[in-house]
Amino acid sequence: MIKLANEQLERYSRQIILSQVGGKGQKKILSSKVLIIGTGGLGSPAAMYLAAAGVGHIGLVDYDTVDLSNLQRQIIHQTCDVGRAKIESGRETINALNPDVQVHTYDEQVTAANIRDIIGDLDYDFIIDGTDNFPAKFLINDACVLMRKPFSHAGIIRFQGQTITYVPGESPCYRCVFNEPPPKDAVPTCRQAGVLGVMGGVIGTIQATEALKYILGVGELLTGYLLTYDALTMTFRKIRVPHNRRCKICGEQPTITELVDYEQPTCDFKR
Amino acid sequence: MNADEFLDITDVVCPMTFVKTKVVLEDLDDGQILELRLNDGEPIQNLPRSLKDDGHKILELANNDDGTFTILVEKGGLT
Repeated sequence: MIKLANEQLERYSRQIILSQVGGKGQKKILSSKVLIIGTGGLGSPAAMYLAAAGVGHIGLVDYDTVDLSNLQRQIIHQTCDVGRAKIESGRETINALNPDVQVHTYDEQVTAANIRDIIGDLDYDFIIDGTDNFPAKFLINDACVLMRKPFSHAGIIRFQGQTITYVPGESPCYRCVFNEPPPKDAVPTCRQAGVLGVMGGVIGTIQATEALKYILGVGELLTGYLLTYDALTMTFRKIRVPHNRRCKICGEQPTITELVDYEQPTCDFKR
Repeated sequence: MNADEFLDITDVVCPMTFVKTKVVLEDLDDGQILELRLNDGEPIQNLPRSLKDDGHKILELANNDDGTFTILVEKGGLT
């Protein structure tokens, strides 16, 4: 394995000092590959902390352009980026932050037709779900279960957030807990939804933490536990969730063996 | 006593003194010996202590009388 350069020893010194990281752990981080789906409220902080930590390859998936209303929480993008593709703006921020990181971009929305190719492109080690809708979340879960890839799910709304980590063969999946997308009329419209910008920071950096712990093989992941965060009461809850033997994708008799696209609830308002 | 590896950390300050030493020790096997040249002052006061905390044994300590010290560290000697 390559030797760490003096500049790298200095850049990563505060984490190399940690007994759980060291030079060997830093080399693991530098050779790791993390795919971040969505470069929004969750994906922005996740991408920036993973880049700062030296994750060698970061994949960014997003088809959207930067909107002025994104900047309140999507901190990887700047005011001058409004109108630009999010993946390009994200790439620039990461490159400026840490030249050790190679950014790979996918200018598309994940679908049943392309998600396997995207995850398989670099054979990513860990996937971060930073999407904002249920069809994408279930698709990412199903793809990761079928491809046996670990991933971090998260969602944020208003003053609340939640996250859970899936590791194949070791933990329940997102579908074990939530079964299937909620009915359309149960999904808040954009007008009702709102979110405090910091929610993405808190939950997105937890997702990045899980990715780093998985890469390093240290600590205990949020496998089998759903972590919920209520910012108004400043309450974190770690809720034990069991494996569902009747889970449609990872249960004893799975009925989902192929990926499907769920219909996206329509929204009249600008994203 | 013959050292298996030599490292001079007189050109860096905390925490790079510890980081550089740690990374070199990681590549040695338990029982192998690192000869370390370090500055008087903060490095000689703190580094041997940090190395002991990590389970390494300080076998020898010599003042070079030029503002630097040389210590011999046995990897994992305290574990």
